[in-house]
Order: sequence, then structure tokens, then C-alpha cells
Amino acid sequence: MNRAGLLWPAITLALLLIASAVFNPSFLTLAWRDGHLYGSVIDILNHAAPLMVVSMGMTLVIAVRGLDISVGAVVAIAAVVAALMIGGSYDANGAVASKYPLWLALATALTAAAACGLWNGLLVVKAGMQPIVATLILMVAGRGIAQLLTDGQIITVYYPPYFTIGNGFLLGIPVALWIAALLWLGLQLVLSRTALGLFVRAIGGNPEAARVAGVRAGAIVLCVYTFCGLAAGIAGLIVSSNVKSADANNAGQLFELDAILAVTLGGTALTGGRFNLAGTVLGALIIQTLTSMIYSLGVPSELNLLVKAALVFAVMLLQSAEFRALVARVARGKRAGATP
Amino acid sequence: MNRRLLPLAVTIGLFLAMVAFGAIRYDGFLAPQVFLNLLIDNAFLCVVAVGMTFVILSGGIDLSVGAVIALTTMLSAALLNAGWDPFAAMAVVLVFGAAFGALQGFLIQRFNLAPFIVTLAGMFLARGCCYLISTESIPIENATYAAIAQARIPLAPGASLTVGALIALAVVAAAMRVAHATEFGRTVYALGGGESSARLMGLAVDRTKIGVYLLSGCMAALAGIVMTFYMLSGYSLHAVGLELDAIAAVVIGGTLLAGGVGYIAGTLFGVLILGIIQTLIAFDGSLSSWWTRIVVGALLLLFCLLQRLFEGRTPRKT
Repeated sequence: MNRAGLLWPAITLALLLIASAVFNPSFLTLAWRDGHLYGSVIDILNHAAPLMVVSMGMTLVIAVRGLDISVGAVVAIAAVVAALMIGGSYDANGAVASKYPLWLALATALTAAAACGLWNGLLVVKAGMQPIVATLILMVAGRGIAQLLTDGQIITVYYPPYFTIGNGFLLGIPVALWIAALLWLGLQLVLSRTALGLFVRAIGGNPEAARVAGVRAGAIVLCVYTFCGLAAGIAGLIVSSNVKSADANNAGQLFELDAILAVTLGGTALTGGRFNLAGTVLGALIIQTLTSMIYSLGVPSELNLLVKAALVFAVMLLQSAEFRALVARVARGKRAGATP
Repeated sequence: MNRRLLPLAVTIGLFLAMVAFGAIRYDGFLAPQVFLNLLIDNAFLCVVAVGMTFVILSGGIDLSVGAVIALTTMLSAALLNAGWDPFAAMAVVLVFGAAFGALQGFLIQRFNLAPFIVTLAGMFLARGCCYLISTESIPIENATYAAIAQARIPLAPGASLTVGALIALAVVAAAMRVAHATEFGRTVYALGGGESSARLMGLAVDRTKIGVYLLSGCMAALAGIVMTFYMLSGYSLHAVGLELDAIAAVVIGGTLLAGGVGYIAGTLFGVLILGIIQTLIAFDGSLSSWWTRIVVGALLLLFCLLQRLFEGRTPRKT
């Protein structure tokens, strides 16, 4: 089932890559320069990493019949916390020092992000709110909190070790990509080697039945939202490290929508129960490839929105049983008409 | 007291409390024009929130309204610059908004799609179309538009309203009538209460479902027209995130997001509360604008928790 679900996103991505290669012959070339891999494909993978990470959290939330529209705000909060704690200033010797140790800054930022996720989870599980509403609260207030922390300023980071997360390379491959890959591998292991994956599917399929069957649905949903917050925090670190600053107003803008789009493109059902983590990763890659392609074609980047709209319409219609039934009926009708 | 009126009473009480707070802390807060400005500055939000109220009452959601407003301002500006008659341009954008909403409603109803996703795609589509017209802000120099924008309707010495605010009040009055005294309005409430029961009662569920999105699209276009009076320009980045303000106004106005329960009058007060938060922050002078977001978020939390409390008390419907 997993493999069949991957077919459509994989074909879409392959078509996009072929199209990019046709328009731009140097697209697929990979070079080894300055001790790391270099090329358009690597750029796409690197830029897609934050979206991949957020989308993985979103996949699990959607799998348990939830939704988290606050991830963009959480990205901003994590980015701002990290940037504020690192900052960086020149000391007496002219070397750059960070305000707090790097590990402490990263840990605090991730804890703050996980706390945001936990907050969402508590509102959904304990207060019984609809997921859209529960996360809407943090979506509205979160950016305000981030702006409050920065006093409305863009915080610039001057401490080079922090830049490794978003710009560095390990064994020739971008560090951000390593992070996304390790997260995916870890999740895949936990979900397939333990009963957790089964529980998540059970809760998404029928929460009441899962609870009656002895699944601790509340605790698992709480964990899933917390993980989604944490994932958004990791993405926030990657994003702010990449641009060497944190902008409370614009960091992670529209991330929630792109993440939901990536999850949908990857074949995860928005009604819950059926999820496909690998598909989500492909979905995030499709979005980033499209964006890069539109940029490299010299088409106004604003068209990106129209292309995304067309994609969402196409995917949701394909997922709709009613639409498939209609298409089947039309196809049958044509065949019947052709052979009287 | 009727339990269903309780959230509305809380909303109005909160508004009055905020007014009292402002009156005690700041000089000149109780001037009539301060309150009229609440309506003037939030006229487009009020119009779009009324449309959103119907969508939410029916159990759906419409994320496309902010983008439709932006597209309306762009279309209006483009049509006027092409030498169209202003009233013909207004009619065209209203019909366009209604058609846009109806298309979304059709997709939601016919193919049983999630309103969240359909209107999200609609939002991308409408913003994308804005950029197709122009990526720059287009000024509106039409004489009729400028006259309407500057027109003031005096109510008392030193107190006046704009045409946009009057439109907003008219929309609220008409919507209250539609919600409570027409077949469409009652079907919307029934639909939000439970779709299958509404269907079993023989109500025109399909038509009504498309109808609420048509209405919301049309209201968004009208809000876009009101916004062009206010801004005198068309710009693709107008009204970014306005759908969230509209949803917040509806929720703070006491409408249940699950659908079926709520009042248009509550939405008006929800809009006024959002407005008065900004006024209080402006009067204070030392608070930064981001406090608006934080306070709105806190109010959303408060009202959602209150709603859960009320729901918990009433016997379950299902």
C-alpha cells in the first residue's frame, strides 16, 4: 500500500525534474567544488529541507485527524529565540562570541517550539477544541509573541558556528539535508518498528474505536502535536541559520499552507488514518522543484501561487471519491456510446 | 435567560467593559467620533465577517476572502483605469466575487471536499490572479470614487460616518433579516446543526451549501469595494491575513465554529472589539502594534474555552 501511494507523487516529481532538465540542460549536472556537492538539484534539496521537516510533523498531526495551522508562527518563535540567545558581538580580541553557549540557545529554541506544540495538543485533547480553532489561536498570537521578543526588529546573528545548520556541509552534503534525512529515518523506524504507527493509524481511522481498544489516544495525540511543534522549531533554526537573521514578521510565512500542501501531495488523506511519510517528503520536493523551476524559467515568481492553486485543485479532486465516480461514469458513457 | 444568548451577552459585556476601561484611563475616549471611527476603519472587516458568519454557521470555513478582497481592489482599479463607468465596475466585481464563491461552494458540495482545502486553493488562485493584473499598487483616480471616499454623512456636530461604514451597517441589518426570517437563513442554521438531519427534513441542503459560499464571495467583493473607497488603490497585498481577522471576529462574536449556533449581531460586536483593541493601543501610545495580535489570540482562547463550557452544559445533540 505504501509503495502504491508513492507512485503518483514520484511520477509528478520525475516529470518536473525532466521538464527542468529540458528547459535548462545544466540542471542535472552535479559538480564537486570547495569540498562539497554543487548543483541545482542540491540547491533544491537544501532549500526544501525546512519544509520537509515541518511537513513530517504535519503528516502525523493530519494522520490523527488534526491540523496545525500555527507552524509558521512556531518557526518564527524558534528562529527569534535562537537568534536572540546567540546574537554575537565582537569581543576584545576581535573574535565573535555568542551571548549564550550555542547548545543552550538551540535547546531553548527547540524547547520553546515543543512547548508551543504541547499547548496546541492540550487545547485539542484536554479542552476538546477543533484543531483548526485551537491552532488558530497560536497562529494569531504566536507572531505577536515573536515580535514582542524582538521588539519588532530583525535580529541579525554574527556568530559563524550557528550558520553551519543552514549553510554548512557534512561529507559534501548540506547539513540541513542531513537533519531532514535523519528525522525521516528516525520517524520511519519508530513508526514501523514499534506499535506507534499502528496506533496513529487507528486513532485517525476511528478515534473512539481506538480508545475502546485500549489505545491511549489522548496521550498519543498530545505527543504528535508536541512533535509537530518541535519539527517547526527545527525548521525555524534551519531557516534563520540560512539567512543569518530572524524576522519575527516574515520567518515561516505561509509555511502552514505549504506544509499542508506537501502532505496532501504526498498522498496522506486529510480525513486521517492513512499517512505516507515518504510521500510527504516527495510532496515537499515537488513544491520546491516547482518554485525553483519557475524562478529559473524567468516567469514572474508570483505565478507560483497560480501553479500551487492548480496543483491543490487537481490533487483534491483526484482524492475525492465522488470525482473519481464521475470520471468513471463519463468514461463508461463514452465507451458505451462508441460501441453501439 | 436563553442559554443560546449567553455568548452574545458575554461579547457585548466585554465590549462595554473595554469602553469603560478606555473611558477611565484616557481623556477624550468617549467622544462620539471615536466610536464612529471604529465602524469607519473596520467597515470592510465588518462586511466580510458577516459573510464569514454564514459560512461558519453552516459548519464550513472560507479562507479565500482576504485574497478575493485584494483581487476586487485590483479588478476595480484596472476596470476604472480602462475607462469603465464606476457603477458598472462595481456590479462586475460583485458578480465576479459571487461567481468565485459559488465555484468554491460547488466543488465543496458536489465532490464532498473539505472547505478548508478548497478555499485555501481559492486563496492561492485569487492572489495569483492579482499578480497577473499587476504586481504594483494601482492608484484609483476616478472622480466618482474619490467623491464617495471623501463623502461624510454628518450625524451630529463633530460626528460623521463614511459611505463604507453605512454600507457595513446596511449589510449587518440585511444579514440579520436573512439569517432569521428567510428560508435560506433557517436552512443555514439547520445545516450547521447537522447535515444529515437537515437533509432528512427535506431542506434544500445542496443549494444552501453553495449559497453560503456564493454569499461569502459576494460579501468579500463588497468589502473589496468598501476597501477601495478607504484606500483609493488596488494592490495585490491588500487584506493579507484578513480572513483570520474575520474568523476571529466571528468567534469572538459568539458563533460556534462547529456551526449551527450564533448571531450576526455578535459578529458586529466581534468586529467592534477587534477595532477597540487597536483604538486602546493607539490611545495608550506606548504599546506596540503586536500587542493587538497577542490580545486577539488571548480573546480567541477565552471565547473558545467559554464555548466549550456552554457546550458541555447543554445536552449533546447527537
